[in-house]
Amino acid sequence: MSKQSPLHFHRMKDMPSTHLLGTGTPTCAGCGGLETLHTMYDILGDKTVFVNAAGCMTLLSVYPFTPFRGGWLYTSMASAPAGAQGVRDALDILLQKKKLSADENVEVVVITGDGTAYGMGMSATSGAMDRNLDFIYLCYDNEGYGNTGQQYSPATPHAARTSTSRGSHGYPGYKKDLFAIWAAHNPAYVATVIAAEPLDLAKKIEKIQAMSGPRMLISLAPCPTGWDYDPQLSVEIGRLAVQTGVWPLKEYSDGEVRHTKVPKQRKPVEEYLQLQGRFRHLFEPKRDAAGIAEIQSRINAYWDRVDAG
Amino acid sequence: MTRKLLTGNSAAAWGARLAGVDYIPAFPITPQTEIIEDLAGWIDRGEMDARMVTLESEHSMITAAGSAASSGVRAFTATSSQGLLYGMEMVYTVAGWRTPFVMVNVSRGLASPITLESDHNDIMAARDSGFLQIHCATCQEIADAILIAYRLAEHPDVRMPAIVNLDGFYLSFTREPVDLAKTSEASAFVGEYDPENLQFKGNSPLSQAMAVLGGGPYSYFRYEAHLAVQKALSVYDEIIDEFEDRFGRRYDMIDSYQMEDAEYVIVMLGSFSTKARDAVDSLRAAGWKAGLLRPRLFRPFPRQQIRQLLLGRRAVAVIDQNISMGMGGVLHSEFATALYGANDAPLLASYIGGLGGRDISQQEFFAIADELRQADERGEAPSPRLLYTEHELTEMRKLQAIAQAEHAEINQN
Repeated sequence: MSKQSPLHFHRMKDMPSTHLLGTGTPTCAGCGGLETLHTMYDILGDKTVFVNAAGCMTLLSVYPFTPFRGGWLYTSMASAPAGAQGVRDALDILLQKKKLSADENVEVVVITGDGTAYGMGMSATSGAMDRNLDFIYLCYDNEGYGNTGQQYSPATPHAARTSTSRGSHGYPGYKKDLFAIWAAHNPAYVATVIAAEPLDLAKKIEKIQAMSGPRMLISLAPCPTGWDYDPQLSVEIGRLAVQTGVWPLKEYSDGEVRHTKVPKQRKPVEEYLQLQGRFRHLFEPKRDAAGIAEIQSRINAYWDRVDAG
Repeated sequence: MTRKLLTGNSAAAWGARLAGVDYIPAFPITPQTEIIEDLAGWIDRGEMDARMVTLESEHSMITAAGSAASSGVRAFTATSSQGLLYGMEMVYTVAGWRTPFVMVNVSRGLASPITLESDHNDIMAARDSGFLQIHCATCQEIADAILIAYRLAEHPDVRMPAIVNLDGFYLSFTREPVDLAKTSEASAFVGEYDPENLQFKGNSPLSQAMAVLGGGPYSYFRYEAHLAVQKALSVYDEIIDEFEDRFGRRYDMIDSYQMEDAEYVIVMLGSFSTKARDAVDSLRAAGWKAGLLRPRLFRPFPRQQIRQLLLGRRAVAVIDQNISMGMGGVLHSEFATALYGANDAPLLASYIGGLGGRDISQQEFFAIADELRQADERGEAPSPRLLYTEHELTEMRKLQAIAQAEHAEINQN
């Protein structure tokens, strides 16, 4: 496992041209989480063990098939970071006792959905950061309990229609700021990423390869099934999430937050919303101007704070 | 070999130390905390070469123990009561991983109402998980059972995690002299941890704990685990023979006391059985042919051995320190299952006692013996009984009167 890595990813053509993760997984067509995982896996490589919590990605490895060329361990919904703790500690013990060579060492990567990261698994994640566990955490955030049919989760955005918020105004709550919660633990690194911005994603993954300690990634994961749109729109919706300022790409380390890709001219949020069935009630049968304006004003307020430094 | 005066908790810590554990994920809970404090002290002073990490919950702790054992190291952990229940999802889960490690449970009654004192409802909740269970009655047994449990759990034919159970307060905080093996002797007995195919490393792809689709593969893996736990019966006998050869102490899967000619038999688990042992002595002095059976190995359940020991006796009282709401004593049910259908099966009586550390008096053991004799004369088992004395009820009524008075006073104000 290398902890040094010169920055390779300057242009799109620097990106790996073939994928390491096997094909034929049972994820839905257009899965934004899988896209992020592809890029991540291409860069991290097979000297990894993915420690998984209950969620969509649990179905990647169904006996006797797996798309991973390295390790995989399913734990439970709440305790994947604790599973990573046991694996990392065991590897360190074996390295120390010379029962494992440095060449055989692996990077431990937790992979969970937002239901775990924003909710049930928060205590175990907080504990792992408290203990300064040397691991990577990827949350694929599809803004709901996607694997069970997209019920709202603590990651669901305001007004989104989900299986448990079917009313005319959608989900009444507001998406929790997991980036801030994680950053408040002062881990080595926290970043938001999205597969639709592969260079930003690749640079961040490359950066954390050279680091140790808790390295936390939240990937917005456009979800055709849960968000109700045609799978071919996943990349476009992902780009719009960034261009409208809905999903700020940023990173945290050493007490500072930096925005890594600031949209020069933010597009109106409705361009992002209107492509998704979960927000259709904002536009049909009657345009909910006040509802859209509220969402826009929250985005503007966020970026005003960023601009104010 | 050295002899030390140790609490049950310290004996458990010594067991883990002598077993050469590499890794101890921990979480404090009364009354097991002394175990992890002892281990932490040894590690801090450089007397023990192991890594200890305090997780933020028992759920995480058991996950980490399982995942570490799945990654090639010998793991140990300890919990109690609510902690065991908080981690229960992972108790079942890591058993399915077929990861051998040892967890000590210091038994304590479950909420509600909340209590710190001992009974067995916590450990009974883990009964069907796949964890092997060894129950201890003395501090010596605790230290030894941990060594035996590692051998059993790690045996190539078994490969399941194990719980060593001891009673909170009565055993966890009771000091008894304990003979401790030399580290070299203990190591020679326990051996090196062989992770077999459980080890994550580069250039060696491995998936563990994957999902399955359909009942066919699921049933296959569940049956495999069940058969592995059952296999631990014969493996246990081999291991205790070797243990006796090396250390001179013998731990049959069922501890028999005065059973040779016993007509009336008491069955109990854990340290409260020492009360029954005293009662057997007193009963014998009073002319009774009384005996005591105490299963050490509870999972796998030694059904055949129980039949061999109990068929032909007149009557058996199973005293459960647990209560399955709406059913009764768990151990009683299991003994009934073991004995059912045999022509010369004894009458089987059920008593619930010792909940939340409630004492069982010698008079009660005598009353139980009387009931057994009457049942034998009638040829019919007595109704299940919940042990509770007149005096206890009077005291309880006083507490209720105070509670009502307090309530009335608050309402008036």
